[in-house]
Amino acid sequence: MSLLQIDGLSKRFGGVVAVDGCSISVSAGSITGLIGPNGSGKTTIFNVVTGFIPKDAGHVTFKSGSIDGFGPDRVYELGIGRTFQLARIFPRLTALENMLVPVRRKGLRALFSRADWSHEKSRAMEMLDFMEISQVAGTLGGALSYGQRKLLELGAVLMAEPELVLLDEPAGGVNPALLERIADRIRRLNARGITFLLVEHNMSFVMNLCSEVVVVNHGRTIAAGKPDAVRQDPAVLDAYLGA
Amino acid sequence: MTALKAAGLVVMFAVALALPALAPDPATTNIAVFTMMYVGLATAWNIMGGYTGYISLGHAGFFGFGSYALGLLLAHFAIAGGYSAFLFVPLAGLLTAVLAAGIGWFALRTRAATFVIVTIAFMFMVQLLAENLVGITGGGRGLSFPVPPWSGGDFNIPYYYAMLALATLGLAISWRIRFSKFGLGLLAIRDDEDKALAVGVPTRAFKLTAFIVSATLVGMIGAVYGYYVTYIYPQFVVDPLIGISMVLMVFLGGLGTLSGPILGAVILEPAQLWLAYHFGASRLYLVLYASVFLLVILLLPRGIIPSVSELITRWRAGAGDSKGAAGGAADPLPKAISP
Amino acid sequence: MTRILEAAVLGILTGGVYALMASGLTLIFGVMRIINVGHGALVILGAYLSFAVWHNLGLDPFLTLVITMPVMFGLGVVLQTIFIRPLKTDREALSVLVTYAIALGIEGLLGYFFTSNYVRLRTWYDTASFPVGSFYITYVYVFGFVLCLAILGGLFWMLYRTRFGGAIRATMLNRTAAQLIGVDVDRVSAIAFGIGMATAAAGGVVFGMTNAFNPGSHYDLISRLLTIIVLGGLGSLRGAVIAALVMLVTEDVTSAVTSPVWASFAFFVVLVLVLLVRPQGLYGVRVRDRL
Repeated sequence: MSLLQIDGLSKRFGGVVAVDGCSISVSAGSITGLIGPNGSGKTTIFNVVTGFIPKDAGHVTFKSGSIDGFGPDRVYELGIGRTFQLARIFPRLTALENMLVPVRRKGLRALFSRADWSHEKSRAMEMLDFMEISQVAGTLGGALSYGQRKLLELGAVLMAEPELVLLDEPAGGVNPALLERIADRIRRLNARGITFLLVEHNMSFVMNLCSEVVVVNHGRTIAAGKPDAVRQDPAVLDAYLGA
Repeated sequence: MTALKAAGLVVMFAVALALPALAPDPATTNIAVFTMMYVGLATAWNIMGGYTGYISLGHAGFFGFGSYALGLLLAHFAIAGGYSAFLFVPLAGLLTAVLAAGIGWFALRTRAATFVIVTIAFMFMVQLLAENLVGITGGGRGLSFPVPPWSGGDFNIPYYYAMLALATLGLAISWRIRFSKFGLGLLAIRDDEDKALAVGVPTRAFKLTAFIVSATLVGMIGAVYGYYVTYIYPQFVVDPLIGISMVLMVFLGGLGTLSGPILGAVILEPAQLWLAYHFGASRLYLVLYASVFLLVILLLPRGIIPSVSELITRWRAGAGDSKGAAGGAADPLPKAISP
Repeated sequence: MTRILEAAVLGILTGGVYALMASGLTLIFGVMRIINVGHGALVILGAYLSFAVWHNLGLDPFLTLVITMPVMFGLGVVLQTIFIRPLKTDREALSVLVTYAIALGIEGLLGYFFTSNYVRLRTWYDTASFPVGSFYITYVYVFGFVLCLAILGGLFWMLYRTRFGGAIRATMLNRTAAQLIGVDVDRVSAIAFGIGMATAAAGGVVFGMTNAFNPGSHYDLISRLLTIIVLGGLGSLRGAVIAALVMLVTEDVTSAVTSPVWASFAFFVVLVLVLLVRPQGLYGVRVRDRL
């Protein structure tokens, strides 16, 4: 069952065609890797799906409902979270406060209620614990190390319990020990039912973690399937080693 | 809030309440009226500029609009001077809110520097309208307010309490927002608006709400101002200097803090009035004024409260208190909520 | 009909001087990312400097530029270094406060030395005009226009044909990247501000010849200049020039068709209409952080 369906997506920036009739299917419950040479349009796909930039053509469907033209906050509300290539957190808020921003509250009164804080705070502390950064709960985001920020960013995104999480280069700029921690968290969250779509350049990370892999080149899908199959696909080898 | 802070707040409020009794001469109460006016203006401006980071330089437009709104309402309903005139201030505020909703909807489609300039443009538009809709506003001839029956030495006092009430209202609203989920969203917008969007903060609605709240308070303060000076002209009530002063006060005290705007107003407004009194006739008044501006900005770019807060943090860290050291690179703005 | 045509021609001619002034302002924004709300005051300062030279040395106002442009350039470099370079945090907001303070200081000084009486730069050929079709065009407007074109042309040439111009454009596009390739962005900023002031001096002369002015005139001027650069797109010189022409023609035609009173209002109406469709202005770029 396809949780996220991208059909014939196209996007150009001036003369540059970033995404060219790209189609991707992300199955529910999977950890899908999205790989391809630099400039193949991966981050653009993320930006279009999450509503940051408008598309030129194509359709994006989430849980059988179209999310074409939805803004980022609405996309998040529906259950799609994302992280950024360079981990983004709120530098002037503490780690704990960072965790609380994404938590949804319904209704006008709720926005000003003080009763809800304690419940949300304990959930946030649990998540910080899970990410093993609970010791910096009171530290300002701007003072955290890059690794801590990456973990914080992921933890915060999960606070609204999204069904699908788009990870933009989760292994980027991260040392091997932390990398293993991140991979472990992803596996555990996946076991709890969260689907992941991740863009990555670190091949071993992708091959070890992902249940499915999609390869894009020049803005379109050139291969999709199990990691082993894709690894041996001549078109994929050509894309990486060729031109 | 600590017991110390609460006690300090109560004392401050008591002093403010008793001020006219402690210093009844008109010169002092006049200073008190204007100072309290700016306490309110700075606090109100901070709700938008300090929390969301969207710097509006056109708030003088709301100030002037509120002024004209009250003047026209009083004329329309043929209200004589007196306490009942104050009852129309919230109505002037409501009208200002409507204007702010319209301007805000439009202006908040832009970001950063463009937003700043659009707010300036709107302020000039308001001024232009005030000058040119002569049939309504009296244009360059100005608009008069009904003269109240109280006079003499005690003239200023009701106005002082009106300003105090509005300032207190502004502070209460600001405080409530600051520690709410709404306020957290605003601070997130200030730090990184796109990231805030990505985690589901309804940025447009939040920004617009903060803008309207901020503008409404300013409008009501402007209304009381108009009533106080009893006669208003377009260029004196839609005055860029008023708009910029409130901004400077917030920066001086500490952008985004609760006590910063109050501190900034209490320091700068008496200074401004002192300068105007002693040098107002001279051309050099503006030069001195400008020098004060520049000094403030260049010496204390982060504002008093955050700088003092950081000094205290460093002192505590130096004294070996483990809670004090939040990390060298940390920006010591007060935390949004206590962890 | 001829009234409209005449108004349009006048709009183009005066649009030239606003284009020049707005270019300086948008250049300053592009390089330093600051909103120089004192730009109007700088133009008035240039006008008064020319006035002083003209009044005391009897030089033709246009010739005073030989003195005032270098002086203003130097002053610009000094101002930028002392007041703007130190701003590290909250640059956009603080720069507004700083430049407003500079504007106030200039207004105060000018008021002190020249009083608040309105003055104007006059020449012997002030009223001379030549006929075009059924209306007349004053020579002063044409000379002013030509001067502005010349300086704008020089500015564009400098930006696109010289190495230093390349450094400026690099800084405008990406300050950090420019630093990485060895551009001294501080120096570029100071000089860009100086250039902005020099264009303000030139604009001041033409403005001063076609308008009566006093120290308080900068408010009206800056409100228009800011509107123009937002319409054109912050940081875009091309946008500033086109926006200036559009705005002034609109204003003058509106003045001819309705009344001068609503002409100023037309200015802002155009801005609102354009921003509704394109919040980033004609040639602006949407502000979006790296995604």
